[in-house]
Amino acid sequence: MADLKVNFCGVELKNPVTTASGTFGFGHEYGEFFDLSELGGIGVKGLTPTERLGNPAPRIAETPSGILNCVGLQNPGIDRFIAEQIPFLRQYDTAIIANVSGNTVEEYEGMVEKISDADVDLIEMNISCPNVKCGGMAFGTQPNMVEEVVSAAKKKAKKPLIVKLSPNVTDITEIARAAVAAGADALSLINTLLGMRIDIESRKPILSNVMGGLSGPAVFPVAVRMVYQVRKAVDVPILGMGGIRTGKDIVEMLLAGADAVAMGTVMFADPLAPVKALGELEEWMDAHGVQSVRELSGAVEV
Amino acid sequence: MAIQEICRVAQNKQLGDGLYQLVLDAPQIAAAAQCGQFVHIACGEGNLLRRPISICLAEGVALTIVFQVKGSGTEWLAARAEGDTLDVLGPLGHGFDVAALGAKPVFVGGGIGVPPMLMAAKCARAAGAAPRAILGFRSRGAVILEDAFHAVCETAVTTDDGSYARHGFVTDVLAEQLADATGVAACGPKPMLKAIAALAKGAGVPCQVSMEERMGCGIGACLVCACALKGENGETRYGHVCKDGPVFDAEEVEW
Repeated sequence: MADLKVNFCGVELKNPVTTASGTFGFGHEYGEFFDLSELGGIGVKGLTPTERLGNPAPRIAETPSGILNCVGLQNPGIDRFIAEQIPFLRQYDTAIIANVSGNTVEEYEGMVEKISDADVDLIEMNISCPNVKCGGMAFGTQPNMVEEVVSAAKKKAKKPLIVKLSPNVTDITEIARAAVAAGADALSLINTLLGMRIDIESRKPILSNVMGGLSGPAVFPVAVRMVYQVRKAVDVPILGMGGIRTGKDIVEMLLAGADAVAMGTVMFADPLAPVKALGELEEWMDAHGVQSVRELSGAVEV
Repeated sequence: MAIQEICRVAQNKQLGDGLYQLVLDAPQIAAAAQCGQFVHIACGEGNLLRRPISICLAEGVALTIVFQVKGSGTEWLAARAEGDTLDVLGPLGHGFDVAALGAKPVFVGGGIGVPPMLMAAKCARAAGAAPRAILGFRSRGAVILEDAFHAVCETAVTTDDGSYARHGFVTDVLAEQLADATGVAACGPKPMLKAIAALAKGAGVPCQVSMEERMGCGIGACLVCACALKGENGETRYGHVCKDGPVFDAEEVEW
C-alpha cells in the first residue's frame, strides 16, 4: 500500500490531493458525489472582507481543452464563511485551506488576521486573481508589491501562509523569491492565465469582463514548467495546480517539484475526478514500487 | 440529490432542422426528475464542459431530451445512436412549482424552450389542473412536439413568419388567455421571457421563467452561470441558473 501522507508546512494531509479555490465552492455540491473526507484538503472559494457580487454573465467560455472564467470573486464575505461554512467543512476529516483576497495591503492584513483566529488549517493568499479591478493580480505581478503585501500579511498570520502566484509574469522565479523573502511559508501555483475569446458573429468578447482566466488541461504544461522553475528557485513547499486531470498528471506535477496538488476545472467534466485520480496515483505508485508520495516530489531527472 | 448515471441511448430521432430527440434509459435520474430540471451531459473527448439540456419527459426509466445543434458538443450528441452510452448528471436545478400556478396554468415555450414545458403541462394535468400551452417557433421547419402537446392540453402554435399556424408571437396569444389564467410558466429566449413576465405582472398573474446561461459545473460550485436577481434595497444580486434556477419567479429576475 502506497503511503500518500504529506506534511505541508506542518499540516498533515492524508494525501496530496486538494481542490483548487474557486472550483469547489465550499464543498456542499461535490459532497453529494463523494465523501469530502477522501480529500487531502479543500481549497475554498476565494474570500473577501465583505460580500462580493461578482461580474455579470457570461462568466465562462469554453476553449480547446480548457475554459476561461471571469467570476470575479463572488463570495459571501469572510464573516459568513467563518460562521456558516467552517462548521460544515469540519464535519469532514480533511484540511481546510482558506483562500483570501483584498483590495489593499490593509485589507490583506485584516483578512489574514481574522482567518488566523478561525478554525482553518492553512491560509492561501490570493495575489493573482485576474478578474478583479483592484488588488488581485495587481499585487502578484511586481516583486516589490509582492514583498510589501506578503510581509504585511505574514506579520498577522498565525497559520501557515501559502501565497498563490500568477502565471501572468515574465519571470515566475522573481515573484516566488520575493514572496519567500517576505515570509511566505509555501507557494501555490499557477492561478489562471489571462485569456480572451471573441464571438465572431457578434464581434463581441464572449466574457462580460472581456478577458478572463484560462484553466483546464490546456494550461497543464505551463503549470508543470512553472512549478519546476519555482522548485529550483526557492525552498518552501509547493502546492502545484493547473490542468491536472489524472493520477499520472499528479505524478508529473509532483516530479516537477510540487509537494501536494490541487484539482479544479476537470471536476466540471467529471465530479469524481479527484477520487479517481487518487486511485490512479496509488495504482501507479504500487506498479512502480514507489513507497511514499514524498519520494516523488521534485524527483524529475533533468 | 444529483446522480451521475451512465445511460444507454434507447432512441435518437431527428425532429427538424438541427433538432434532435434522444430517449435515454436513465432509471435513477428519470425516477428523481421534476419538471423544469435539466441534465448535464458529457459530450465526448474534445469537449471539456458538459452540455446542460432541459428534461422534456421522464416516464418510467425513459428520460427524453430535445435539443438543437449549436456547436461541437450538441453536434456530437446528435450523432449518438441507439445502444451508445452517455455520462449524465441529473436531475439538476430547481424546476417549476406547478402547484403555485393554480387550476388554470398557461405553459409558454419559445423555440428550443418548448421541450421542458411538455413535462410541466403533464405535471399540471396529473395534479388535476386544466393547463393550456402556447408554443412559438421561428418558422414551419422549427415546429417540434406539437402532437405531444395536443395530447396533453389545449395548445396554440405561432410562427414568427406566419409559415405555419398563427402568424405572430406567443405573447399575442398569451394576452388573450391571461384573463382567466391562474399562473404562467415559460421557457425560451430572454426577450420573450421578459415580455411574458411584463404581461403576467400587468394581469396580476404569478409567473415562473426558466432562464439560460453559459454553464460550468452545473451543480452550483463554480458560480459562472450568474443570473441577475433583485436583491434587498433595490440592489442587484447574482443567483445561479444551475442551482437557484433554471426556474425563477419572474418577479425576482432583474430584467
